[in-house]
Amino acid sequence: MRADLEIIQQWIGPGSHVLDLGCGDGTLLQYLQQERQTTGFGLEINPDHITECLARGVPVIEQNLDTQGLANFDDDSFDTVLMTQALQAVRRPDVVLDEMMRLGREGIVTFPNFAHWRLRWYLMRRGRMPESETLPHHWYDTPNIHLCTFKDFEALCHQKNFRIRNRTVVDGEHQDRWLSRLWPNFLGQIAIYRITRGD
Amino acid sequence: MPDSLPSDSVGLVTPQTLHFDEPLTLACGQTLKQWDLVVETYGTLNDKRTNAVLICHALSGHHHAAGYHSMDDRKPGWWDTCIGPGKPIDTNHFFVVSINNLGGCHGSTGPSTLNPDTGEPYGPDFPVVTVQDWVDSQVVLADRLGIECWAAVVGGSLGGMQALQWSISYPDRLHHAVVIASTPRLTAQNIAFNEVARRAITSDTDFHGGRYYEHDTLPRNGLMLARMVGHITYLSDASMGEKFGRELRDQAYKFGYDAEFQVESYLRYQGERFSESFDANTYLLMTRALDYFDPAYETDNDLVKAMAKARCEFLVLSFSSDWRFTPARSEELVNAMIAARCKVSYAEIEAPWGHDAFLIPTPRYNAVFTAYMKRVAREVGA
Repeated sequence: MRADLEIIQQWIGPGSHVLDLGCGDGTLLQYLQQERQTTGFGLEINPDHITECLARGVPVIEQNLDTQGLANFDDDSFDTVLMTQALQAVRRPDVVLDEMMRLGREGIVTFPNFAHWRLRWYLMRRGRMPESETLPHHWYDTPNIHLCTFKDFEALCHQKNFRIRNRTVVDGEHQDRWLSRLWPNFLGQIAIYRITRGD
Repeated sequence: MPDSLPSDSVGLVTPQTLHFDEPLTLACGQTLKQWDLVVETYGTLNDKRTNAVLICHALSGHHHAAGYHSMDDRKPGWWDTCIGPGKPIDTNHFFVVSINNLGGCHGSTGPSTLNPDTGEPYGPDFPVVTVQDWVDSQVVLADRLGIECWAAVVGGSLGGMQALQWSISYPDRLHHAVVIASTPRLTAQNIAFNEVARRAITSDTDFHGGRYYEHDTLPRNGLMLARMVGHITYLSDASMGEKFGRELRDQAYKFGYDAEFQVESYLRYQGERFSESFDANTYLLMTRALDYFDPAYETDNDLVKAMAKARCEFLVLSFSSDWRFTPARSEELVNAMIAARCKVSYAEIEAPWGHDAFLIPTPRYNAVFTAYMKRVAREVGA
């Protein structure tokens, strides 16, 4: 089992109503349905991914976060709103985070850390936009238009008065390494944050 | 005429007429004491009777959804692209039931049927039936066939409304509802188009207040006009443009008012053909059933409350160029389902053909529909 799914699963109560923003092929929601008997939906725009979700029996809604937003969902209508590896690809991550916290009691967000030492080294040594296993695209064709570091994300949460309940840092293979826990913003590749409204 | 039938066809099929003596009380308050439904079935019902799929037809549809009636047929049934071995509604797995609704003109009891009380055709005396009435009659049919719970109820347009009504009125009698190119209620514009169609029919001098059978005539002109205006709403500006453009039948303008543009001649041809084969009273009735459909009407106009009664899982599909029932209408339905915590999936299929796109196979439509139905088959052990 992928380590990130395992970690996320632990933060989701049995029978929770879950919304997954950018649910991909539905792997995570299917896993949560089986392990945690969750209900809820995935939102996705990639046609092939939507078909895969349907084949898996994961309820999926074709909806574009950038152009359609989330206004069709009611306040507090989900226990948890998930967004894995999609924050950096939306047009306004800050607005999406606000919406996540409006719809859900809790939010779980994962994204790649742009301050990982290898990316820093790549930029310093070559003077070019870093490319890596987790960020394989060129600067001009990348879907990742809003890359940030763990520190950036935490600053934004602080500014919005969101409380960070948990943070786990994993590597590109989604493994939890003790070293990256030691100095996450330098050694961590992917972070999994669990956030709630501050008040 | 095909020399041999395509391998992915359900083949030669024969409709059957089922007679019902159970009185059916209709939404209007009247009762049909006895009635017939014409039915076609494809595939085989499994021992546990869990693999049955009901196909609900749209405005001008009928029971002949797939296959051929004879080797001389020019065309297969109206939804042959989606029903058959290896097709989205795969007859290798499912037992498919397709019917002609009450009020229709293809053999089920309707305005052109003889009224047992008078010995004359019902004509305008045939009660205005609603989507709810159709679903009620389909429940009686399911009982007759020994189908306790449909694997899925599937329909496009007015057919999708029936699938939706099933989910609300008989939540325990279907596992899945597939609602394609449909809407939770007609808009004023939709009703306006229906009204134009009805006025065209009722103002035809051959209509005789709906008793044209007795006058041995048909309101051909009225029905033709109704079909012409309807047909325009089924296509899109782009698809008409691609098919006809401004092409003329002859080289030059004739400075008259006959059909000079190809699109005119096409519409006239379609209208004429339809006016010979479809019953005008049925057209009135079907358009009225469309107008009246509004499942939220009984729940204080709250669609969420209506959908909260449903227990089945939904697939809702819309088509990008459909301006009759736009994707926004499907999204309105989906949003109510989300708020009611129904299990729902939704996709908007990119297709240029307007409302008619639900009858036309495209790779994505096919992929989405197939993936969903395969999973339904897996779940019900089909």
